[in-house]
This record gives sequence, C-alpha cells and structure tokens, in this order.
Amino acid sequence: MGFLEINNATKSYGAMEVLHQVDIQVEEGEFLVLVGPSGCGKSTLLNMIAGLEEITSGEISIKGQVMNGVHPSKRNIAMVFQSYALYPNMSVGQNISFGLEMHGVPKAQREAAMGEVAKLLQIEQLLDRKPGQLSGGQRQRVAMGRALVRDPDVFLFDEPLSNLDAKLRVDMRTEIKKLHQKLGTTIVYVTHDQIEALTLSTRIAVMNGGYVQQLGTPKEIYDSPANLFVASFMGSPSMNLIPVTIRIEGEAVYGDTRSGDGQPLALRFANPSEALRAYDGKPVTLGVRPEALTDPDGADRSSNHVQIFETMAEVTEPAGSDTFVGCSIGEAACIARMRADVEVRAGSVARFALNMEKAVPFDPKSEMRIW
Amino acid sequence: MAIAPQESAVKTGRVTRFVLYTVLIVFALFYLLPLFIMVINSLKPLGEITGGNMMALPQVWTWEPWAKAWSSAQVGVEPTGLKPYFWNSIKMVVPAVVISTMAGALNGYVLTKWRFRGDTIIFGLMLFSCFIPFQIVLIPMARILGLLGLSGSTTGLVLVHVVYGIGFSTLYFRNYYAAFPSELVRAAQIDGAGFFQIFWRILLPSSGPIIVVCVIWQFTNIWNDFLFGASFASGDGAPMTVALNNLVQSSTGVKEYNVHFAGAIMAALPTLVVYIVAGRYFVRGLMAGSVKG
Repeated sequence: MGFLEINNATKSYGAMEVLHQVDIQVEEGEFLVLVGPSGCGKSTLLNMIAGLEEITSGEISIKGQVMNGVHPSKRNIAMVFQSYALYPNMSVGQNISFGLEMHGVPKAQREAAMGEVAKLLQIEQLLDRKPGQLSGGQRQRVAMGRALVRDPDVFLFDEPLSNLDAKLRVDMRTEIKKLHQKLGTTIVYVTHDQIEALTLSTRIAVMNGGYVQQLGTPKEIYDSPANLFVASFMGSPSMNLIPVTIRIEGEAVYGDTRSGDGQPLALRFANPSEALRAYDGKPVTLGVRPEALTDPDGADRSSNHVQIFETMAEVTEPAGSDTFVGCSIGEAACIARMRADVEVRAGSVARFALNMEKAVPFDPKSEMRIW
Repeated sequence: MAIAPQESAVKTGRVTRFVLYTVLIVFALFYLLPLFIMVINSLKPLGEITGGNMMALPQVWTWEPWAKAWSSAQVGVEPTGLKPYFWNSIKMVVPAVVISTMAGALNGYVLTKWRFRGDTIIFGLMLFSCFIPFQIVLIPMARILGLLGLSGSTTGLVLVHVVYGIGFSTLYFRNYYAAFPSELVRAAQIDGAGFFQIFWRILLPSSGPIIVVCVIWQFTNIWNDFLFGASFASGDGAPMTVALNNLVQSSTGVKEYNVHFAGAIMAALPTLVVYIVAGRYFVRGLMAGSVKG
C-alpha cells in the first residue's frame, strides 16, 4: 500500500485520451519526478493529483483514501506553481498564511507557523513586502513557504525552477533537495529538465505521449533505459545510438559496424543475454553514453571490456570540465566525453575507448531494450 | 508612459516646433471656446446677454443665475430649480454604476476562470447587447417596467441602466481577467478559498484600473442619458438631463439664457469631475484590458 497511489489513472478530453492508464505507487518520503517533453501529460497528471483536473477513469488515493472527486483544498496537498502564483495584492506574510486562514486556523497559530516557515526559508525580512518587490529567487522561496506552512501530506511542484536564470536554478535545486532531506516529505515534482530529474529524485517516471515510459531510480533510468525514447531523452549530451549487426562466434557476441574511416569494427558484448543471441545476423541499435566512449587514458580501468579503436575526430568542444569529441561510428554521429586536457585535434585521427560493459542494446523496430 | 531616452528623441527644428505648437494652441482654444462662452454668460446678468456681445466678459459678475438655476428656476410646472433633479440623477447613477460594475466583474470572473460549455456563446450574446440601439428597446422595456410595477420610478431607471450597462462592463472585465493568471485561481483553490473568496480576496483587489474604466464609462453614459430618462421617469422622478431640457423649454416669460447656461454647466459638471479625478487611469486601464486580452 503506497502513500500516494495512482491506479490506472486515465484522462481524456472528449474522445481524445491524453493520459493512458498510469500506475505509480509513491512511498512516504519519496521524491518522485515526472519528466518528459512538453505535452507528454506530466502536468495533467500532477493536476489530477492536486484535484485541479478530474480523473476520467482509474483512481488516485493519498494515505489510503480515494481522492477522486475530492476538492483540492481537502486533499491535504500543497502546490508550487511555475509562475509561483503569489497573490499580487497581498504581502509575503499574507501570501504564506492565506491557506491557513481559509482553513480556519486561529490567528496566533497562523503567525507562529508563518514565523517558523519564514525562518526555515530565510525570508523573515521579506514578510511585509509585496511579491512585485521580490526577485525571482525570493518569489520562489515564498511560493515554497506557502506550500510548507500547510504541512501537507504531499507536495506538488509544477516546473518550479523553469522561470529562474541558470545559476539561480542550480542553487534552488540544491536547496529543494536539502529541504527534502531535512523534512522527509513526500514530493511529486514535474519538470522537462532531465538534469533536475536526475539530481533531485529518488525515483523518476519518464513520460511521453501520455504513457509512463519507465519508472525507476535515477541510476536505473540512466544506466539501463527501457527504450530508445528514455535513452535519448535522459542524459546530456544524449546517449549515442549506434546501428550494429549481431554476429555470434561461439560464446562471443559481436556487434559489427564500421568506424568513420570505413574500417570494420567488431564490438564484443560484455555479458550477452540469451535474448540478444536470438538477433544473430539482425540489426540492433547500441546505446552508449558519452562517458562510456572516451580516450584510452580516461577509460574505466575496472572494466574488462574496454575496446580501443581509431577514427577521425570530427569536432572538439571543450566544456571546461570535459572535452566533447564528435566522431561517427556506423554512420551515426557520436559524442565522446574525454578528459578536459586531452590532446585531440578536430580533423585528425584519434584513439577512442568504448566501454562495452555500459553499452545497452535496443531492438531498432520495437525501440525496446533487449534484456 | 515611458519617456524616450534623450539619444533617440527626434530633434525637431525651431520652426517646425513653433508651427506645431501654434496649431495645437489654436485647436485647444477652439475646443475651449464653447466652455468659455457658457461660463462667462452664466456669470452675467441677463441684460448683458440680450443687449450685447455674447463673447464679452461680464461687466457685473454675479452668481445669481447659478443660484436661480439650482433652486428657484421654473422647471416644467414647478419653480423648484434643478436641485431635486440633480439628486434624482445621483440616486439613479450611483446604484446603477455600482451594480452594473459589480455584475460585470462577476461575469468576467466566471467567463474566464470558471469556463463552462457555451460560455463563449453567452459572452457573444452579451457583447451583442452593446450594439442594440436604445430606441429598439423602448417599448418592450416600458412593458416590462409596467409588469414589475416600476414604471416612472428611479428604481426602474436603475434597472434599465444596469441591464444596458452589463454588456459593456462584462466586456471590460472579461478582457481584463483573461490576462489574469489562472494559476492564481488554482493556487487559491488549493489554499481552500471558495468561489466568492477568490473573487473578493484575489481578483477584485487586482482590478483597480479596469474598475476605474468601467465606472467612468458607466457614469458618463448613465448620467448623460436623456432618452431613457425622458421615457421612463417623467415628472418629479426625472433625471438632470430631462430637467435641463424642461428648464430650457419652459416658455413662460423671457428666455433666461444666463440661467440656462448655468444649468447646462451643472448638468455637465459631475462627468467632468469624474474625468478629472480618474481620467488618467482611464487610458491606462483601457490599454491594460484590451491589449493583453
């Protein structure tokens, strides 16, 4: 029995189904991130949890109580909106205590709760200001304060960081994570930013086209994506997808392809599964994270399946901490993540090291992972 | 209004500027001329008007025409002056403006934040009411007022103006609230605020500019209305505009032009005051409502 349960939740607008039988169980204290491109249904799902949109079929329950048809204010949830949605006519203090006032909490108690939250978020000196006089980061804090003060069962965040500039976004991200660790609250967080998803969550639901594509821990999602969509959506730069043809030689399973120079390249799988063996002679898409494709000196020394080959470095992008090197393998453009001080020049041949332990095979037709 | 930075301001030559200002001043004087004539003639004895130049300043300054127009001039049959009718107008305008503005605000709130099936059709129909000429509704309106037992009363006039005003006030508020972030309403819902609490606590306090626009618009229209006043509230219940007409039309004895001028200014004064007090919000609010909507 989960703390927050979403059972077969479906949403349709007229004949159009935008969310298809979503099933997610969230334990108490979990940080679930719903991530996906715009229009994937993640915000709709969040609004259904909040009660701002009705559930067409299926069930959503919090603490074992079915929430279908229950008014948002009676679900004991709090929500932080993308635009913060601070009431412009009220001071920060009034914004924070408005929810308590509406729930009939006496004034003395309201003030106490407000003071506590303001202290926690370090916004005590802002309580008398109007939202219009605050900076983006301060507004963000106030919006979180408004949610915290209610002491809800579930916090809902709807892309709360997307209106902040890059630096502030990283700071606030850390702050939200700290807050979650400190308070141990249950959070459902919607974002389209896969880095936010990976850094914040204890579990991620990757969504696309109204379906949950994969539900798992950040590590599961990153290391073994369930399908090509998850593989390419999560991670930046995204996963390299190399078309190979499977060849079996006794125990060994090879993925045959050619390097950018046209040299044949046989990539030996580290732990080939039975399912993969069935693909003998057939094409398979090989997913390789940029950090699994690097320079030989930077390769993972604990791995016994690093394969070294040479090909043309087409472009180099120094990014400070790393240098990204573009090359092509089997007509797929690939990005290798090399050490920052690696000596590779664009237009010349370079040595690459591919860690086959981290390579993930996909069926190119069904786009599903081959287990 | 933003002030253009110095660098980008176009430098106009002295001659162009001179011509420009001359033209502007001439036009300003031209438009002020009627007011000037009304004011000076309302402050001179009747003899100076009938015997001489309308354009000349008074030789003897007197408030007597104003006093007469206000409290003792012959309006229709009774020598009551315009005073009772002025209060009639106030009694008609204030409730009509307040009710139609509030109703418009409520309509705008529902039409943008509590959408329902067919809401655009309803809004369309309300918009349509802005374009119905007064004359068409006179007879049906008289019949309805009769059925309600409100004919000839100020209450009846209030009803007529509210009904007629709702179209415009709804249009204003709907466009204004369309630009009002719906996330605020959702946040308030989660906070536990009900339908009217959201309206009172969140939307209305942020509606200053559009309320000013709506009030000015309704006040001007309702105060200046003559047709409804003449049709539905005759005699003692007549509003200022109708009384002014009666004052000017009363044909006993000499035409007291100075009194007529004073009365006309009195009739125009309230709208003038409203414009001067709230006028600068008018353009601002009008822009806010229409551009973003």
